[in-house]
Amino acid sequence: MSAKLDLDAGIINACSAAANRIAASVASEIASKTTVSVERTVVRLLGVDGVDELDAPLCNVLVDHVHRQGQLGRGIAYWLGNAMLHSGRSPQQIAEAVAADELDLCALEPAAEQAIANRVRAECAEHLREMTARIEERHELRERLGAVAQSAPLRYVLTATGNVHEDVVHARAVAEAGGDIVAVIRSTAQSLLDYVPYGPTTEGYGGTFATQANFRIMREAMDEWSRANGRYVRLSSFCSGLCMPEIAAMGALEGFDNMVNDALYGILYRDINIVRGLIDQRVSRMINGYFGVVINTGEDNYLRTADALGAAPSVTASQFINYQLARDSGVPEQQLAVGDAFEIDPTVANGLLLHWAQAQLTRELFPNCPTKYMPPTKHMDGNLFRTHAADTLFNLVTVATGQGIQTIGVPTEGIFTPHIHDRVIGLQNVEYVFTAARDLGDEIEFKRDGLIQTHAREVLRRAHELLEDIAETGLFQSIENGVFGDVKRRVQDGRGRDGIVAVEEGYVNPVIELMSETVYA
Amino acid sequence: MRREANLAAVKPYADHLDDGLMQMSFTLPVPYSLAARQAALELVAKMGVERAEVVHSQRLADGYTHFVMFGSCRHTVDFSVLQSEGFDLQYMSEEEIEAYAAEYIVRPVVVVGASTGTDTHSVGIDAMLNLKGYHGHHGLEGYRSFAAHNLGSQVSNQALIARAIELDADAILVSQTVTQQDLHIHNLTELVEMVEAEGKRGQIILVCGGPRVSNELAKELGFDAGFSKGTLPHHLATFLVREVVARRQSR
Repeated sequence: MSAKLDLDAGIINACSAAANRIAASVASEIASKTTVSVERTVVRLLGVDGVDELDAPLCNVLVDHVHRQGQLGRGIAYWLGNAMLHSGRSPQQIAEAVAADELDLCALEPAAEQAIANRVRAECAEHLREMTARIEERHELRERLGAVAQSAPLRYVLTATGNVHEDVVHARAVAEAGGDIVAVIRSTAQSLLDYVPYGPTTEGYGGTFATQANFRIMREAMDEWSRANGRYVRLSSFCSGLCMPEIAAMGALEGFDNMVNDALYGILYRDINIVRGLIDQRVSRMINGYFGVVINTGEDNYLRTADALGAAPSVTASQFINYQLARDSGVPEQQLAVGDAFEIDPTVANGLLLHWAQAQLTRELFPNCPTKYMPPTKHMDGNLFRTHAADTLFNLVTVATGQGIQTIGVPTEGIFTPHIHDRVIGLQNVEYVFTAARDLGDEIEFKRDGLIQTHAREVLRRAHELLEDIAETGLFQSIENGVFGDVKRRVQDGRGRDGIVAVEEGYVNPVIELMSETVYA
Repeated sequence: MRREANLAAVKPYADHLDDGLMQMSFTLPVPYSLAARQAALELVAKMGVERAEVVHSQRLADGYTHFVMFGSCRHTVDFSVLQSEGFDLQYMSEEEIEAYAAEYIVRPVVVVGASTGTDTHSVGIDAMLNLKGYHGHHGLEGYRSFAAHNLGSQVSNQALIARAIELDADAILVSQTVTQQDLHIHNLTELVEMVEAEGKRGQIILVCGGPRVSNELAKELGFDAGFSKGTLPHHLATFLVREVVARRQSR
């Protein structure tokens, strides 16, 4: 699709440069620190699974065991590697022994540092190789079953019954109605748990717990549907909250294709400590990037909590920052879906044109990214007929601006967690508009200096100012000032702060080592 | 001459008075088939819908069929008695609250909230306070007229009160979700006693909420108000801004 907005390349480059400076200063703020969730992720990627008799995940038991003794600064891998050298036992067996109170990792005689690092690195490399092989198989399947029917924008549909088995029923209906990606929304407040619940779950509020067993149940059901119907259905979940990197690891283990993964979402909307959130997002995104998972950022949320027109520059600015932070974590452009949403108040005159300008702007600023477009929700209410009408316009802008991924609009969006037929009705609207206006984007140009071009340039201009400002004051201070979504967070506050650990001399983390080598090679 | 509706026996209106016509949309967990269609017709007949028609039906997935139907409702309701029963107690909207607070309070109303005791459920307090809010309604964090501090879950009564005093809070908000063996009543009573012991009961508005907390129970335990299931942030906000203004006027 050709460029339509006549944007100033100089300003775009200046935005990228400012985002670069912002990301670099974040990197230095979070350097030499790890978190309990990053360490639990290492444990997971060393093959540890399961829970103790109190249902506490073994990776928590293990990391807490070392953290309580103030020894996590060496990295959990150091202690695990040492124990492996001592006993010849696997990480899983060691975790079980610690859970049974039969083993104190910190009391063992320390082996030579290099021997420990080598042992645990070899173990980790083996697991990553196995996972990579499985994921490559999956990508082949996706290509084989995807080439025929799938064309962009991909239709991203949520399910959120609270019961994983009901989610399977909804997902099948979604698949049948043309959905390309199914995302199981998480249960309320899961993001505040500093552990990942275990096993299949059938009770949840506003969503279904993201557990590895639930991931597996969904994956099996969708694979079965994909093979039977000759069309691959992707799965997505949420790398957010206090377990961002662990969920990335779980998604990779269970063959998920997409993940919502925003650098700032948890900080702004779940009051997670800034430093904790930024360390976790970096490792989380590194894992997503490594395993070929497409990430969706969450700028749409700013438009819900602040006025959509006023917040437009902060969305564009955040897209640049999210993009740069993700690139720095090793996420390739084609796996990086920056977010935007159709959230302008429906009573605004020419709102459609303003949406069109903003959506086109995102496409032109990030031409190699899939970009993710979100439906109207903030101003949607019990009048589901009006919501359905708004969704039609939303679908039109989506197809005409060539968004990579569209979270579909559902008529009952503003009322409750939509019911099974509501999602199908939403998908039918999408199908109608995507078909009827398929090549619209190629047919139209915008009037020179008209309303659409002018609005897009103005948003970009103000985004640039904002980015220079953030680069000047620093991201942390900007968040404290409430730049994003009108939410203010202070670096010394927020949840999960006690899970940040300063890295000591001799820190061992084979996951980051191995992934950085591959990603930056 | 046009007939007037009989308010003692009202039924749906679509095209003509008392035609009783309703539109319905629902899914049955049965395979898409003629039998499914019949099942839908029989179901709405049992609901008192006469002369029903399936105007649209479609397969959603194996074993699930969606229907759109019309039919005439046989039942009526007596509107005349309902009219006189005072259903029209109204909460202010978010905009109205902001305007009201800007005019009568000026400074932000400081609210400190938590889910107390061992209760790990922050869903209630988050719904009321967090920006994301609930059902598309902002929590108090999203209001200009409030400075909301959500301390999260598993907060001790002591910590909650200390923070409220530190912030010179106008109101303390407690959420209790777990109610096994009346745990919530113990926690709530203790909070009131501790606030009284601090000599702050007169200054601080005490509000509690939870699925099994009613306004009646709250008042019995010494709170100013209680909010139960179905409460939206603007309901709570309405109470708080009115209460702050009322207290100032009575001072």
